[in-house]
Amino acid sequence: MNFMASKQPENSLLGLESDSQRTLYVTCLISIELGSSLDVRYPYVTGTSVVALKYKDGILMAADMGGSYGSTLRYKSVERMKPIGKHSLLGASGEISDFQEILRYLDELILYDNMWDDGNSLGPKEVHNYLTRVMYNRRNKFNPLWNSLVLGGVKNGQKYLGTVSMIGVNFEDNHVATGFGNHLARPVLRQEWHENLSFEDGVRLLEKCMRVLLYRDRSAVNKLQIAKITEDGVTISQPYSLKTYWEFSAFENPAQGAIGSW
Amino acid sequence: MSKSVIETPPKGGFSFDLCKRNEMLSKKGVNPPSFRKTGTTIVGLIFQDGVILGADTRATEGPIVCDKNCEKIHYMAPNIYCCGAGTAADTEAVTAIVILLCLCSDMVSSQLQLHRYHTGRESRVVTALTLLKRHLFNYQGYVSAALVLGGVDVTGPHLHTIYPHGSTDTLPFATMGSGSLAAMAVFESKYREGLTVSSPIPFFWSLIFLFQRNEGIELVTEAICSGIFNDLGSGSNVDICVITKGGKEYLRNHLQPNPRTYTSSKGYSFPKKTEVLLTKIIPLKEKVEIIEGGDAMEE
Repeated sequence: MNFMASKQPENSLLGLESDSQRTLYVTCLISIELGSSLDVRYPYVTGTSVVALKYKDGILMAADMGGSYGSTLRYKSVERMKPIGKHSLLGASGEISDFQEILRYLDELILYDNMWDDGNSLGPKEVHNYLTRVMYNRRNKFNPLWNSLVLGGVKNGQKYLGTVSMIGVNFEDNHVATGFGNHLARPVLRQEWHENLSFEDGVRLLEKCMRVLLYRDRSAVNKLQIAKITEDGVTISQPYSLKTYWEFSAFENPAQGAIGSW
Repeated sequence: MSKSVIETPPKGGFSFDLCKRNEMLSKKGVNPPSFRKTGTTIVGLIFQDGVILGADTRATEGPIVCDKNCEKIHYMAPNIYCCGAGTAADTEAVTAIVILLCLCSDMVSSQLQLHRYHTGRESRVVTALTLLKRHLFNYQGYVSAALVLGGVDVTGPHLHTIYPHGSTDTLPFATMGSGSLAAMAVFESKYREGLTVSSPIPFFWSLIFLFQRNEGIELVTEAICSGIFNDLGSGSNVDICVITKGGKEYLRNHLQPNPRTYTSSKGYSFPKKTEVLLTKIIPLKEKVEIIEGGDAMEE
């Protein structure tokens, strides 16, 4: 990674987070040149970061409702978090159409599981594993689903929170974030997360992260949803907006020290 | 005048004379030395009547840490300090007193010193800002120094950021470097305007003043620690510099959150190579006599 000092990391282009993702993107371009028309591609409509954490009763996840078309904030009511089955909640950043495709795959998966009618249902660990396999196999064929997914859920009292990236990197942790959230939200979470957060504390912490993202991520919109999943089920809140503060005195008159400067 | 070996370079801008030679050399397999970068976290914030600057202390050469405890807060003037991210030599040279051979000799702190002698006044932060941005713009971004400049002058406390291409911002709080996002996350969630009220403080409020000042130092330390622990390009210790109207306080290694955990309790003894036969110390006599309170020089 290039450590030249710059506020925006260069890898923010197209939501690519790492060297390996950039390599994949370049290889995809090459494969397009070579004429395999089915292979990918560029992301067109993208969602920005998703942030999630484990709290006392389950998982809390937050995502804003923006779908950017390149540098335009084109769609402002995109729901990027969806419940999966009885026990899981999936949040996605990246290409929205690929997210919708993943939802169809998962729908089929859950349906087949229900048809067994054996009293058992797929928990978050299983869904996470399935998603990892799907993402990794697609990347191996140079046709990735351009998403970073966050999968959280509770089954039989066990909380689970995991993430899968577009190249198939997956891991499980107490708090995860995708995209810019990795750079801006994870430091805050690393410092302030602790076991057995209450619901209010968890929401407050998530809002803190989302506020920082709102200030500093250009593709963030001030309309977010917070989703909660516990043993009892999934609740996704109504969209609301965060309060922001812009009245710093240095913003009001930056040329205070010298008239005519900036 | 003796014949000068060094030809004066063309005025202004970057001289591309050596680029062809570098290309030829790298074709032959001689790679240019990798320069020492400071993948960094540097921050600044304005608090009550002053500015606090903070920096980590790691300098990297590619993937290797080459200096575990370097100084990134550079002196510009007694009331102005500058943190630098980017190529270490560049940030130092730009602010250094040492005059570089073969290049334009204007380095900013020496320029400021001369300006102070010329005007008889304390340097202003906007002066340092303009000198720096002119220098960097002149080199069109090739001098890759990203700076956080802070200081207190007669017009009050000021904090600016300067980018390698020469653009500047005036801000209440600022972060630069590879760890800037981690540090900015801390600032955006915890910075309060209450730290910036600049009104005269009666003496019995001085305790509160100290509290606010310590709050500022704590916030800066937290931001740098966030950079140190969440960014791979930053690490080691935290340096702080507090500048107020009264003066400056340079807290080198204010916090050392990464001490060596395993050190030999027996200590280290190195075999003596050269035997010392005699130790004799002769203090040098002063060559010049200093007469205090002599006549002032005539104008």
